[in-house]
Amino acid sequence: MSTLKVALYLLVFPGFLFQSGFSTWLEWLDRKLYARMQNRRGPLYTGWSGMMQPVADIIKLLSKEDITPANADKGAFAFMPLLSLASVVTAGLYIPVWHLSRFNSFEGDIVVVAYLLAIPSFALFLAGWFSVSPYSLLGGTRVLTQLFAYEVPFFLALLTPAVMAGSWKLAAIAAYPWASGNWWVLPVQVIAFCVALLTLQAKLERVPFDIPEAETEVVGGPLTEYSGKKLALFRLQKDILMYVGSALVACVFLGGFGGGLWLGVVQLVVKTSFVVALLSVVRAACARIRIDQIVTFSWRWLAPASVVQFLIVLLIKASGAAQ
Amino acid sequence: MPETIHLPMGPQHPFLKEPVKFDFDIQGEEIVGARMNIGYNHRGLEKLCEDRNYYQCMYILERICGICSHSHTTAFCQATEKLLGLEVPKRGLYLRTLVCELERLHSHLLWLGVAAHEVGFDTLFMLVWRDRELVMDPLEEISGNRVNYAFNTIGGVRRDLSEEQRKKILAILQPLIDRLEYYANIGSNEPSFEARIRGVGKLSKEHAIEMCTVGPFARASGVDRDSRRDAPHAAYPDLEFKVITNEECDVFGRVLVRVLEMVESCKMIKQILDALPEGEFVAPKVMRRVPAGTAISYYEAPRGEDIHYVRSNGSEKPERVKVRAPTLANLEAACESVVGSLVADIPIAIASIDPCYSCTDRTTIALTDRRRGRRVTTWGELRQYGIDWYRRNRGAHF
Repeated sequence: MSTLKVALYLLVFPGFLFQSGFSTWLEWLDRKLYARMQNRRGPLYTGWSGMMQPVADIIKLLSKEDITPANADKGAFAFMPLLSLASVVTAGLYIPVWHLSRFNSFEGDIVVVAYLLAIPSFALFLAGWFSVSPYSLLGGTRVLTQLFAYEVPFFLALLTPAVMAGSWKLAAIAAYPWASGNWWVLPVQVIAFCVALLTLQAKLERVPFDIPEAETEVVGGPLTEYSGKKLALFRLQKDILMYVGSALVACVFLGGFGGGLWLGVVQLVVKTSFVVALLSVVRAACARIRIDQIVTFSWRWLAPASVVQFLIVLLIKASGAAQ
Repeated sequence: MPETIHLPMGPQHPFLKEPVKFDFDIQGEEIVGARMNIGYNHRGLEKLCEDRNYYQCMYILERICGICSHSHTTAFCQATEKLLGLEVPKRGLYLRTLVCELERLHSHLLWLGVAAHEVGFDTLFMLVWRDRELVMDPLEEISGNRVNYAFNTIGGVRRDLSEEQRKKILAILQPLIDRLEYYANIGSNEPSFEARIRGVGKLSKEHAIEMCTVGPFARASGVDRDSRRDAPHAAYPDLEFKVITNEECDVFGRVLVRVLEMVESCKMIKQILDALPEGEFVAPKVMRRVPAGTAISYYEAPRGEDIHYVRSNGSEKPERVKVRAPTLANLEAACESVVGSLVADIPIAIASIDPCYSCTDRTTIALTDRRRGRRVTTWGELRQYGIDWYRRNRGAHF
């Protein structure tokens, strides 16, 4: 019985099947909102109102010819999509929506998720490095430069609710407002929420932070040489990363997904969609900034803002208001 | 010192709308050297004109460029009219100018969208192109076509403007001016957009004059030049307009110059429609044979000064037609202006001249007859060379 349960957990919910299904739906939502904000229709024909379009895109890519450049390191070139997909899917297992055992919910799992979410960036850099093309190299180095810009503010922002809740466990952080009744802590953390949103946007490499894969500058960035199945895996990884990232932000800043399995799932859908909608607005409202500008922006504004938020939370904790 | 990497961009690259080759030397993200090569799009249209009569030439020259098609025919018509000594009726000149200004509007709007896309601001791109339809509709209404209008003819224009069409054009002007003010506001106040265009692609005034730049590209470097004022043609002497210049010398200045120029165009269209003279719109009798001689005509196309040179030998066909499109004058300066900036600035710095490679493409083949030591190749030999080349390299037989 328990083996079946674990298999269900890993493969169906909240494992691979749910993650890929829901994340493609989120991609559709993002594309649709982005299109409507630009006075376009967006996906329209595949499925109801184009809902199956992201799935169709991935299936199409899976069936395309898969080319490996002659100069590329064959093994590493093929391994990178798998590595990045595996790491984000694993990170998704820790999102506290349905608790199984202490294996997926333990003290310190927020740090594990944050680190698992950093792996795709390194995989992307290595993918660019091993493809041996000027655009891939340029895109790969941009991925790393950008990582150094956003990663610290991202961690600091995630840390704030953890300190507030006095726990390193995602489930405990999410349950804190429910358990203590201190709902006012959510609006207090609005600075950290904004920082987390912007750094998540940078992690997902979307406008205004889509510098590594800026189409007009470096063609496809690190993915320039990728095609077929490997590109499809990278696409799926990007979608799942968007789901896991927004679920993580919704979990720590928007009160999590408590209240049992069904209510939890409903909350998961509503809250992650809300975060994705905010990300779409940011995407539609900006131009792409330069690599030197994101480093300056992160360290001049985002990092100090998250430190200020951290101090505010520490002061609240010290005053004893959040007991 | 980081290693210098060679970064080829083109002939096929997402930032290019047409084929052209750029070679950059980069150290990290910084550009230390830039070279370019054109000639991927050469169609030999100038040569084709020598086989056609003057009316047929217009349809060929119209197809030099899809965006400024009216510019090339106007420049050619003016040169031919000069050779013929033809007086164009006032109404014809006014209508010709009307289409010129509508074309300038749609070309600048198109450019603004492309520029926004180059810096990843796709929302602005989509919205600008939606508003461009405001201008495309009247153009279709007047001429029947959205891009190649076929509106000019030697001695005037081919269609008249009805009162109903006049009212329709007047109706779009105010909404368009409102939208343009909104875009000028976005260009100067949207922080991420401004961060990408301010201080990018610097070209000093002295350098702009030295490199013979033309059009909005030169005017954004503070060069106060505009053929509409300096070499009066069409109905421009009768119209009141400001020549927009800007001292910013960067892409930011070029955006502002173009947007404000569009506002000026709207005002000029209003003047034209208010003062449209009555009478004929095309000269009644035009000779098919053009007297021998040469003529040069200047015309301020949306991208800058367009020059046509026509030489006639007294027959029905021109002996030589030579086109100097504005992109050719600007391209080298734009390519040079990216040295010292970052890789991310390449697309917008190059796009800031509103490049049109199909207008500008030309090719030079230096053929020297090594055996006989002659420097000149006869037409027959050139033809034979072409046939041999295709047989050898493409397996084609003629």
